[in-house]
Amino acid sequence: MSVFGEVALAAPVAVFKLSQDFNNDQFPNKVNLGVGAYRTDEGKPWVLPVVKKVEKVIVHDDSLNHEYLPILGLPEFRSSASKIALGEDSPAIQENRVGAVQCLGGTGALKMGAEFLRRFYNGNNNTKTPVYVSSPTWENHNAVFANAGFDDVRPYKYWDAANRGLDLAGFLGDLESCPAHSIFVLHACAHNPTGTDPTQEQWQLIAEVMMRRQLFVFFDSAYQGFASGNLDKDAWAVRYFVSMGFEMFCAQSFSKNFGLYNERVGNLTIVARDADNLKRVLSQMEKIVRTTWSNPPSQGARIVAVTLTSPELFSQWKDNVKTMANRVLLMRAQLKAKLQALGTAGTWDHITEQIGMFSFTGLNPKQVEYMVKERHIYLMASGRINMCGLTSKNIDYVAESIHETVTNVH
Amino acid sequence: MALLKSNKVIYCLGNISPSLGVLSTRNSSWWGGVQMGPPDPILGVSEAFKKDSNPKKMNLGVGAYRDDQGKPFVLSCVRKAEAIISSKQMDKEYLGIGGLGEFTKSCAQLAFGNDAEVLKSGRHITVQTISGTGSLRIGGNFLSRFHGGPRDVYLPKPSWGNHTPIFKDAGMQLKGYRYYDPSTCGFDFTGALDDISKIPEQSVIMLHACAHNPTGVDPRPEQWKEISDIVKKRNLLVFFDMAYQGFASGDIDRDAWAVRYFVEQGHNILLSQSFAKNMGLYGERVGGFTVVCKDAEEAKRVESQLKILIRPIYSNPPMNGARIAATILNTPDLYSVWLGEVKEMAERIIRMREELTAGLKKEGSSKNWQHVIDQIGMFCFTGLKPEQVERLTKEFSVYMTKDGRISMAGVTSGNVGYLAQGIHAVTK
Repeated sequence: MSVFGEVALAAPVAVFKLSQDFNNDQFPNKVNLGVGAYRTDEGKPWVLPVVKKVEKVIVHDDSLNHEYLPILGLPEFRSSASKIALGEDSPAIQENRVGAVQCLGGTGALKMGAEFLRRFYNGNNNTKTPVYVSSPTWENHNAVFANAGFDDVRPYKYWDAANRGLDLAGFLGDLESCPAHSIFVLHACAHNPTGTDPTQEQWQLIAEVMMRRQLFVFFDSAYQGFASGNLDKDAWAVRYFVSMGFEMFCAQSFSKNFGLYNERVGNLTIVARDADNLKRVLSQMEKIVRTTWSNPPSQGARIVAVTLTSPELFSQWKDNVKTMANRVLLMRAQLKAKLQALGTAGTWDHITEQIGMFSFTGLNPKQVEYMVKERHIYLMASGRINMCGLTSKNIDYVAESIHETVTNVH
Repeated sequence: MALLKSNKVIYCLGNISPSLGVLSTRNSSWWGGVQMGPPDPILGVSEAFKKDSNPKKMNLGVGAYRDDQGKPFVLSCVRKAEAIISSKQMDKEYLGIGGLGEFTKSCAQLAFGNDAEVLKSGRHITVQTISGTGSLRIGGNFLSRFHGGPRDVYLPKPSWGNHTPIFKDAGMQLKGYRYYDPSTCGFDFTGALDDISKIPEQSVIMLHACAHNPTGVDPRPEQWKEISDIVKKRNLLVFFDMAYQGFASGDIDRDAWAVRYFVEQGHNILLSQSFAKNMGLYGERVGGFTVVCKDAEEAKRVESQLKILIRPIYSNPPMNGARIAATILNTPDLYSVWLGEVKEMAERIIRMREELTAGLKKEGSSKNWQHVIDQIGMFCFTGLKPEQVERLTKEFSVYMTKDGRISMAGVTSGNVGYLAQGIHAVTK
């Protein structure tokens, strides 16, 4: 008799299963438009040149060792990462009311923020506080907050499938009608999976309601720089909310914009009312970190800190980021052009209007299944494609496949 | 890029406006009710040490190895592995949720021995974790969700300070069994057996595989055998914490003896491993969590559930440290260099124990300090009382935890005499 005799086989995480199926597929022209990782035009992973450079420096620096980082992480990483999100001249930083926790990727930052909120927000251990995530959203958002102990994780209206755009009225409606003090997870830019972001005017309307109804702002910023190619532009919403006086969290990931996926580099930026509140918050964050991973991994944070604090390396990094963003923009433009040239039914403006790594094609589940099974093009059941999976070599095949699918499968 | 739409802001509640700096009090913040958290007792010692200006100060708090110059030690096998890795120019794609395969495989081999049945049969699952802490936490979460038995995890008294909050946060409850005997500064074997014999069936019992933290007191093999028998009789679920394999005696097989014996005896154990100390990879966060199952099919089910647990915490583990560890474990040349360096570290610690004991005798101490030599691993439970510890810190700038624990790794041939002086002064 085993203690674990009753343990059921859990379903695999969809996005990883997709990659697995892709890997097992023998079709020569198969295309992987699943997992959100950048690919070059040769369809290969890309280690940023600036990262290679910095890693070389690190490996040859005998003065560096592998000692424990402080519980909250590498100080230079935390402060430079927060500056990236909030801006070099952020008044909040100057007022000493911005702090940060180095975490394991964006996921880890969301996790730490969620654990803190569950314990200390809206009363103590108020597991009933609703947490709103966009409909749709990154599939792990639900699990992060549920596992942190929140009983009530709900969707807020976001994607308007009929019009393939933002359902602003629905979004604002949910903001107006939700219980006071609800927590809202907002995508800072390059919404995953829809690629549809509010405009600046729309963000202002969202902020106004959130301020008036005292809702908690929790930004998820996984694509800063990657969306438009410009760091400041991609941080506009976050900075606007800070300027409006919100106390808020911003979970930052450096997986995509630094290509440091497997080093798990993330930062939870905390904007508090003042230094005293910040200090107490950070002291409690330490306790949460200590029972989860004790202290964060060193390598990735070092790479980012060295890069961000050197004007020359920082400049190179921005170029590398632009390279990635520009390739994505090019693929968007070309895909739309080809679909239009093929005369594919429907409008395809959303391909270039959407932003970031992902595009919500609008393909329905049956069409997605056809794409996968018949055309060996792997995309998520939601119709989400990773633009980085497109290359100059496969874009014709993908465009033709979408055309065929839309034409024949309904 | 401050874009204050001041017209709209005016209509907001006044106590949220940043312009009211003078009135920014706890009350106008979401976090007004958040208390200042207490400093971590172990890491807090380092903080205090840093602030001390006494040139003779000694940090005997945190368990991180130091060489005989008191400096952090980067193993040469680690540097070599890093050079190899650097030359391969690998990509940085996400690892799977369970981590780097070459690492988890060799991690299990190191613990159980290359030819272990439990490896051959595939009836175990090892996932890469965020060092020992991350491993224990995943284990705690797994127990909390899937263990049908009592919610209680029985820790030895005393145990590593972080065990309790880790398991609590994972949703388990903590109890204890007698372990350390302050009258002998040794193992309370009868007390342990007595307490263990009363633990309700199917409860979880935590055992330190070697180099018990904080006491340095380990059971002898024949004592382990009796513990195994009584644990079996009580049908307890065994959770081994092995953070010092190789580091305790200098011999990786010897240090894993208890773990291997229990598995051979049929205990389907949970195991946490850390490579922080034995490979000096502290900040890279390298660890493993293993569940020994009934068979390979059960192992697959358990693996799938571990992934579900891990994903909402940090998605997948960090590459760098695991890659270094895997390279060392799987490259014969590096592996033998590593064995030599681990032995070197363990032997320096043993030497310091001997020198400290000799030093105390030389100072004229009439107390029995045999336990300093009998205890094993990084830590020594000196037997000093809190008042004595306080004096040692205040008068001699020797920093250690209140329970009288010192990290032998912080002792060098250069300062062992001073330490003996100090300990003698506060205990005579």
